[in-house]
Amino acid sequence: MSEQEQVPLEKVRRMMIRFAEGIKHSEELGLELVDITENGLIIKLPYSEKIIGNPETGVIHGGAITSLMDQTCGMAAIRSIVPEFDIAPTIDLRIDYMRAAEPGRDVFALAETFRATKNVLFTRGIAYQDSPEKPIANGVATFMRMGLGKTIVGKDGQKKTTVKHVGKDSASTGEG
Amino acid sequence: MSADLLSLIEQCRQDNDYDPLISKVPYAELIGVRCFATGEEMIFHLPPKESNIGNPTLPAIHGGVLGGFVEHSALLYVLLRMEEPSFPKIIDLSIDYLSAGHYKDTYAECKILRMGRRLANVSVTVWQTKKEQPVCTARAHLLLG
Repeated sequence: MSEQEQVPLEKVRRMMIRFAEGIKHSEELGLELVDITENGLIIKLPYSEKIIGNPETGVIHGGAITSLMDQTCGMAAIRSIVPEFDIAPTIDLRIDYMRAAEPGRDVFALAETFRATKNVLFTRGIAYQDSPEKPIANGVATFMRMGLGKTIVGKDGQKKTTVKHVGKDSASTGEG
Repeated sequence: MSADLLSLIEQCRQDNDYDPLISKVPYAELIGVRCFATGEEMIFHLPPKESNIGNPTLPAIHGGVLGGFVEHSALLYVLLRMEEPSFPKIIDLSIDYLSAGHYKDTYAECKILRMGRRLANVSVTVWQTKKEQPVCTARAHLLLG
């Protein structure tokens, strides 16, 4: 973790805010970065009527949770390679919906990267309202690095080799 | 609710216009899900909508929107096959992203692999240009009743 500590959390926060700029669907949902943690980050999905999935109960649609999870895991993936930067589309995403979100209340997602290799970033996330110990949904997402600049995080958490592959067609697959 | 929903579904079938059913769910309206029947089959349609973009450079549809599209398609597909229709609940979703979901018309087709009394297993294929080249494939479990 030593190298990670060299990047102040405030700087990581600014980088992450810049990363999310222009993601129109994120703006539509009102996703907001609320915190940077040591290994990940927390994003808020504010409650709104337009994301209701069950008109009778006012419970939000699983799709809004999916977007929250995809984006939080994707940003946690990028967050894990700071101070490097890369584009990393989603390879796959798996979500378990464990309980309905309580209507009228915001949802938060906490995501962390538990392994970063030179090609693949492995993340997991929890969506919750009260605390991560009482999850609404659990997610696992994997991301493919396009190779703008590569950092490898070893098993001991130390960042190692950096290989530059700048100038590739960095966005041949979508934002995840 | 069940009786209302049943008569709404019957009306949609008769008119081959599912907009009244879709417009009941605000999230489906938000991302702009549409669907139409071709004989016995249903095709779900997600027309391009600026607020669905996830990668503004490419541009590409947000992975979460594709997930939401998959979920809602699976939900509607199962709903239309229930004897006593009520909105199913999503239990889990697993989605493989095969290529970029470009900013253009996107389609989905569902297949029920198993539908029991309480549980349905649905497989969803999403494509843009050619069905043989899916943008993503997914599998969802839905709780019925």
